[in-house]
Amino acid sequence: MAESHPEAITFPSGRPGPFDPPASLGALREECPVTPMVYPDGRTGWLVTGYAAVRSVLADPRFSARRELLSVPVPSPLAQEMRRPAEPGMFIRMDPPDHTRYRRLLTAQFTVRRMRQLEPRVREITAECLAAMEKAGPPQDLVREFALPIPSLVICELLGVPYADREEFQRATAVLVNLEATADDLHAAIARVGVFFTELIARKRAEPADDLLGGLVESGELTDEELANIGFLLLAAGHETTANMLGLGTFALLQNPEQLAALRADPALADNAVEELLRYLSIIHIGPVRAALADVELEGRLIRAGDVVTVSVPAANRDPARFTDPERLDVTRDATGHVTFGHGVHQCLGQQLARVEMRIALPMLFDRFPGLRLAVPAAEVPMRDTMSIYGVRALPISW
Amino acid sequence: MKVTVDASVCIGAGMCALTAPAVFDQDEDDGTVVLLDGTPPPGLHAAVRQAGRLCPSGAITVLDTGDPGDR
Ligand code: SF4
Repeated sequence: MAESHPEAITFPSGRPGPFDPPASLGALREECPVTPMVYPDGRTGWLVTGYAAVRSVLADPRFSARRELLSVPVPSPLAQEMRRPAEPGMFIRMDPPDHTRYRRLLTAQFTVRRMRQLEPRVREITAECLAAMEKAGPPQDLVREFALPIPSLVICELLGVPYADREEFQRATAVLVNLEATADDLHAAIARVGVFFTELIARKRAEPADDLLGGLVESGELTDEELANIGFLLLAAGHETTANMLGLGTFALLQNPEQLAALRADPALADNAVEELLRYLSIIHIGPVRAALADVELEGRLIRAGDVVTVSVPAANRDPARFTDPERLDVTRDATGHVTFGHGVHQCLGQQLARVEMRIALPMLFDRFPGLRLAVPAAEVPMRDTMSIYGVRALPISW
Repeated sequence: MKVTVDASVCIGAGMCALTAPAVFDQDEDDGTVVLLDGTPPPGLHAAVRQAGRLCPSGAITVLDTGDPGDR
């Protein structure tokens, strides 16, 4: 409402339960979907929580994704360095036409058709993980045995990362998304991954390979630095997000047995269930962040050129103006239109891959272990409260 | 119903090909939208409208032409 002028807030935290976003986000969305917010660096800007407003910010070219214009909504050791232009190839922090050039080089690799072609391989990888889990016997940590290795192996396969190097990658990327990591840890992890990609690209230049990086090398359009940064970006994006959807998604289904039963009774519900889990869990709990390039009026508020705007994916995905009974997990609903993959030109490049992995891996898990259950009380499942991608740190399970 | 697409703004997210595969496909070489049927039959109209709403980049335009299936 335009007449209410609440004090500037800080970014809300503190979740009421493992699957629910901070309660204050919902209250903000009802009262003031575009709220003044103070950023940790002292700048003032905005927090946008309503579904319609979130979509309009993300689709509007007057809101820039250029890194040097942004501020981080939560305290971060990299906050200072973030205010530098993105490195060549880091296209998620660029605007068109720079963004367009990189994105175009990659889109053919991630089409619906290409992702479907990967299905048999995803099934094989999943079956191997499940077999290893069964062999090891209960209890196990589902994150370590299932949720992390599957997307990790798939993205490494897609990029052409040799098997021997994969474990090191998982460690380095885990540091990169940990908001509690020190600046030193972060620099070390970034450097490690950087060196690795430099070597990998040199190898692909020497012997052409039939994988995504090999193809990009061959296109002759990109420098080694650009290639390394793109590889880095895809690897990080492909690891953490899907892994957390698999881990947190399993937890959510176990805690909602009637939903799990509905999914098991009707395998054709899998696509729907995946979409609904993406909506309900909204694991991107900070951002995306944009900066206004011009004065923009949004829901009666004047956002001035230069202001930083953080949009809340969890708040938008639980907006009752868009989704009926949004606080309820309902695998039979039509949840398409959620903004978990974003909206506008930056909408997630890997979304069709994420869908394929979830649609295959979750039903295979519950088929193989019909008696799957938590091995600890739900309240003891350690949550990723301090990570920019929300989820479970571990999910102790038995069967 | 008349459908047009603008591949120059398409970002290849694939929502169209996923939602209305009989009407939209993606180019093999660059992943951008390919329109298979600019005047889809009434049975596909709901899916086509949904694809238009889901497209993140505004590449899809759906025009009602007043034919029976449009409503
Ligand atoms: S949904 Fe829009 S952006 Fe995505 S492939 Fe289709 S036309 Fe392109």
